[in-house]
Amino acid sequence: MSSNQSVLVLEAGRAERHYWRDLWRYRELFFFLAWRDILVRYKQTTIGMVWALGRPLITMLVFTLVFSKLAKLPSEGAPYPILVFAALLPWQFFASAFSGAGDSLISNAGMISKVYFPRLVIPASAVIVSFVDFLISGIILVALMIWYGFTPSLRIFTLPLFILVAFAAAMGAGLWIAALNVKYRDFRIIVPFVVQFGLYISPVGFSSSIVPEQWRLLYSLNPMVGVIDGFRWAILGGDTRLYWPGFMLSLSLVMLLLITGIVYFRKTEKTFADVI
Amino acid sequence: MSSVISVENLSKKYIIGHQKQEGYTSLRDVLTNGAKHLTDKLRHPFAVPENDPTHEEFWALKDVSFDIQQGDRVGIIGRNGAGKSTLLKILSRITEPTSGKISIKGRVASLLEVGTGFHPELTGRENIYLNGAILGMSKAEIKKNFDEIVSFAEVERFLDTPVKRYSSGMYVRLAFAVAAHLEPEILVVDEVLAVGDAQFQKKCLGKMEDVGNEGRTVLFVSHNISAIQQLCGSGILLRDGVMRETGPMDKVIESYLDDSTLIGKESIGDIPRARHDYGVIARFVNAWPVNSKGERTTSFMSGEDISFDLDIKAFEKVDSLSIVAGLDTYMDYRITTVLSEEVGMLFSGNKDAVISVNVKVPHLHLKPGTYALTLGIRRNKSPLDHVVKAIRFEVSEVSSSSGSYDSSKRGDILTESAWHLL
Repeated sequence: MSSNQSVLVLEAGRAERHYWRDLWRYRELFFFLAWRDILVRYKQTTIGMVWALGRPLITMLVFTLVFSKLAKLPSEGAPYPILVFAALLPWQFFASAFSGAGDSLISNAGMISKVYFPRLVIPASAVIVSFVDFLISGIILVALMIWYGFTPSLRIFTLPLFILVAFAAAMGAGLWIAALNVKYRDFRIIVPFVVQFGLYISPVGFSSSIVPEQWRLLYSLNPMVGVIDGFRWAILGGDTRLYWPGFMLSLSLVMLLLITGIVYFRKTEKTFADVI
Repeated sequence: MSSVISVENLSKKYIIGHQKQEGYTSLRDVLTNGAKHLTDKLRHPFAVPENDPTHEEFWALKDVSFDIQQGDRVGIIGRNGAGKSTLLKILSRITEPTSGKISIKGRVASLLEVGTGFHPELTGRENIYLNGAILGMSKAEIKKNFDEIVSFAEVERFLDTPVKRYSSGMYVRLAFAVAAHLEPEILVVDEVLAVGDAQFQKKCLGKMEDVGNEGRTVLFVSHNISAIQQLCGSGILLRDGVMRETGPMDKVIESYLDDSTLIGKESIGDIPRARHDYGVIARFVNAWPVNSKGERTTSFMSGEDISFDLDIKAFEKVDSLSIVAGLDTYMDYRITTVLSEEVGMLFSGNKDAVISVNVKVPHLHLKPGTYALTLGIRRNKSPLDHVVKAIRFEVSEVSSSSGSYDSSKRGDILTESAWHLL
């Protein structure tokens, strides 16, 4: 045993000085939890992989049919299925991370009331699970590009940056909903509503360029608008233009969401064990 | 020697809502209550806000202070609701104190439940890794101890079977095995030995003793007094959130028993029964231990005749009552049970009569210590009353046995013996 052990002091309302170091120490738990959820998901379903691929594929087909064939909306030069799918990827990541994180603390209530670890690990690993699904669905996008003989421009190399933004948005919203859900259980009802409603107010089935110019800044108050536009800009290349004021607005809102999410989560996490 | 855990004036308050069972609130309630307060305020702007009757403060711990030295094995005892689990939860950082301060030196691992985070769909092997990570072990540590964990749990053949197919015994063994191989400086354990069979419990206790012998600190909560006594050198007694006693384990157990028996405090007729249909038809109202000279006393010599005067009140006309008396050690170990029906004694009485009975147990060769009497009334094999540990008495050594051999090591019964050279 080392002689110079650090002394841990527990006091009411005392901020955890070693919180981030602790979080780093528990990184293995974080991977184990994500690994458990992925393993369990694919163990229980016989067609697990097919399910992860089928859902976005069917959604894409329906959206293409409705928005392109019936509503005859413009496709910005790229095949409409690719236009839809470039948006569906980040949207489904966000939606599943949001609802996954929202439920994560409640479904791990047993662990929270019996063991200490930085609680941030739980919603974060729920987001990771959704991220794995996101990567799997990415295969479809590649397949679509090959099918249509679509070659992306060099802008595709900026995609990781936009993935990072999508990650931040999912994490921020996920932390908020996770913490709120512990205290006020009615947020459980709000989650499916946000996910469903968000699909319509985000430019998933159509390009945000059809939104009239004077409304675009207002439209960008939805942080997912910036994320989706960024994805399209990176993937589709060509004529797609990024509406910079709107993107910057979305980006700042994502950052705000993430920072306030972390602050709120950290403020409430010490009482989780008492109320859960 | 320096203290590894130092607790100063620790208190923890919970708010109990009387409207609902759950700890969480719903947003709807918050909004409606908020609106109600606002309208109340508008209607009676100068009224003093009264205390919310639906919420009540409850102090699970109040002003608890103690120090624990390195290598101590400390038992925490107290009745249900005394605050033991709350104390462990604060020490393991699961919840934070309302006031007070704790300083801890070294890594703490807490085991408040076996198998936290076990997932039924995952195999034994996968759960070992997962549970180890949850308890704070690194992957390398788990790998290092993996074989040892598996052999301790005796589940070699089922490593790749989902734990939902395990028997409950295997499940518990595996869960404890993972926890037992934690290598923290401070180990906090709550009542986990209540599970598993006797042999495995023994193994677990042995493992925990090893942990203590390696110079690590152990905090242990249990209702199993004999396990606590075997394992812990010093103890803490909690009652209603307040620390009643701290010091050597034997002294703390003594106080705990003083706390939980009622002699001289109230009549045994008033002791709450475990079931509300006990003591309705016939009820023990008084009981006294009596020595061989016919005096009511609570101290006896080993080998003396011990008898008990029992008063039973009948609330209706009763007959064929059988009385049962069980003798327990203070570690909840049953020494013997006597039944009046076995010797053909059945009692009867009219409505509102008090039936007074004396039962004698001749030459009770108990080893010195504290004993308790548990009483029951039966009619046609169905119980009418049952009082656990109704009275308590002490047995001390017979003065003439000037033995050079320590009587506490001579077993539970100090029997007479006759010796002849053949």
